[in-house]
Amino acid sequence: MSNIDTTTIATSKKSDFLVFAIFFSIIIIVNAILLGSGHLKWGLEGVGIMMGAAFTISLYSFLYKDNPLFKMAEHFYVGVATAYLIIVTWYSVILTDVIYAFRDLTKAPFSSSVFWQMVAIILPTLIGLLVYTRIIPRFAWMSKITFSIIIGFGSGLAIPNLINAYILEQAKPSMTALWTSAGGFEWNAIIVFIGVISTLIYFFFSLEHKGAVGATAKVGIWFLMVSFGASFGFTVMARFSLLIERVNFLFHDWIPLIK
Amino acid sequence: MRLFISIFMIYLGFQLLSANAVEDFSVIDKPNDNGGAIVVSWKEMVAETEKNFFYQIMIAEQEDGPFYPLEKMAYPLKGKGFEVKGYNKEGEESTLVVPNKTYFVKMKVLNGDKSETTVSESEIISVTTKGNFFAFNKLNSFLILIFLTVVIMCFIVYAQRNPHKLFVRRIAGLDAMEDALGRATEMGRSALFVHGLRSVSEIPTIAAINILGKIAKKIAEFDATLRVSNWDPIVQQVSQETVKEAHIEAGRPDTYKSENIFFAAGDQFSYAAAVEGIMVREKPATIFYFGYFYAESLLLSETGAHTGAIQIAGSDAFTQIPFFITTCDYTLIGEELYAASAYLSREPKLLGGLKGQDVGKMAIILILILGTLFTTLGWQGFSKLFWPS
Repeated sequence: MSNIDTTTIATSKKSDFLVFAIFFSIIIIVNAILLGSGHLKWGLEGVGIMMGAAFTISLYSFLYKDNPLFKMAEHFYVGVATAYLIIVTWYSVILTDVIYAFRDLTKAPFSSSVFWQMVAIILPTLIGLLVYTRIIPRFAWMSKITFSIIIGFGSGLAIPNLINAYILEQAKPSMTALWTSAGGFEWNAIIVFIGVISTLIYFFFSLEHKGAVGATAKVGIWFLMVSFGASFGFTVMARFSLLIERVNFLFHDWIPLIK
Repeated sequence: MRLFISIFMIYLGFQLLSANAVEDFSVIDKPNDNGGAIVVSWKEMVAETEKNFFYQIMIAEQEDGPFYPLEKMAYPLKGKGFEVKGYNKEGEESTLVVPNKTYFVKMKVLNGDKSETTVSESEIISVTTKGNFFAFNKLNSFLILIFLTVVIMCFIVYAQRNPHKLFVRRIAGLDAMEDALGRATEMGRSALFVHGLRSVSEIPTIAAINILGKIAKKIAEFDATLRVSNWDPIVQQVSQETVKEAHIEAGRPDTYKSENIFFAAGDQFSYAAAVEGIMVREKPATIFYFGYFYAESLLLSETGAHTGAIQIAGSDAFTQIPFFITTCDYTLIGEELYAASAYLSREPKLLGGLKGQDVGKMAIILILILGTLFTTLGWQGFSKLFWPS
């Protein structure tokens, strides 16, 4: 490593330390004032609010640029999420569905039903354990058995349901009357009909988008863009409500600026 | 006079009881199922009495009880029937209705006041649950599945015999893929492949892994670096295997590095934070987003755009496609994600599948046109053939 690199890293470490020192000093002072004034109470809830506020500000600091505070919050977040995942998997899957379920079966009087229930626990567990054969390169091929079962099982389960959900469920409301003697032309149904047919033609890969097919596909892409625009607006509104919730947390729950 | 009043009161009592008696009570095994449900039907009571009475289904495993109550209903469902899939025994967890077992069911009409006394009670009806081998209400799904399978198989055979005769229209996002990888190679930076947030058994993830294989092969040919971020450990393992095979296919097994296909985080937003960190620190030249995404899509693609990377996304997440369109250079919309692997590889199996799907779409267009036409003319028989179960 060159001298320049070493100097850059040393300067970077120094500035990182400075950022941490300033940030935590401010956080400590603000929290001390809030505790002193009685707005925050010392205890699990109070500490939770203080930590939540520190992490929220650290994560929002990414809006300026990548910095040591964001790095710290990011690593905490990833670590806590992974730990949570391990705990959830252990308590709600391994312990409940494998260990306790098998223990309960061993206590029950043996019968063919109990035997098949045991098989239903042991077989998937063994298939799952095969993933760990990847640790030993010689037996790594065995992990492919697990992957093929998961993918095959998932596809087999999904495809028939997709036909029902993505074809039949969509086709039923699309096949409505375009004109009725009582109401005349049903404009909503006409728009839906044109939209569905033209969008389907856009997703037709066997024909070049030229001539009549091209024109119809263009109508289809317009329908798609209109729906995407509506979806975009709707989601942006939802995101704003998330931002408002965070601002409310910072300036109501933590620092009482919003009454 | 007393006699008259007594007779009148007895008459009123009978009237009240008969007005609230359970009529046309029937219990049947649910048809077209695995034997895990029974259907209870009864005639709706007159509107005035509904507000003053509750209706409660009671179920037992023996004719002489004990009968276990199901939820109380203030407004019974007329004609539709009430599906019973399980019940709660006292002090035990929920018990499911199981196949090949006889159940005894009755219905009580309870007073709506605090006393909840029984006003009337139906006869006890027994029913034996039975699993059905074939769900006839899903016959249309089954026939469509058979039709699509046959068409796809025929096209696969045709594609294997005539690999160069099958035309697939241009998909701009996929044409740009090679240029984007070339850019990464020339700049000496890595390409980043970001998986969506679904498990390996989901169709969008399978499509994404197919595309990953094609990208990894090109990367191996160009001798560039590909980093793959994963949210699911199983997806990570399958991705490692796919990238490894792509390197072997390209004749460069020595350039495969398993640590480049890594587990970023197991939670939605921590995954977003971790991948964003990688983007700003490593500054990849090209970023791919393939699979099913949720709210993290904008966080990721906005950060990617900020770093100046060429971004190509492909997703069938309807609510997230708008965000990819606004932040990425190219976006594969919905079905294009599934067409991508066939388009990139031109493998007969995948091309045959793509052509078969096009025939399926053509059939759907025809069905929709005919169904709409017949419905407009006043005949719903045709469209009912394609109604869901």
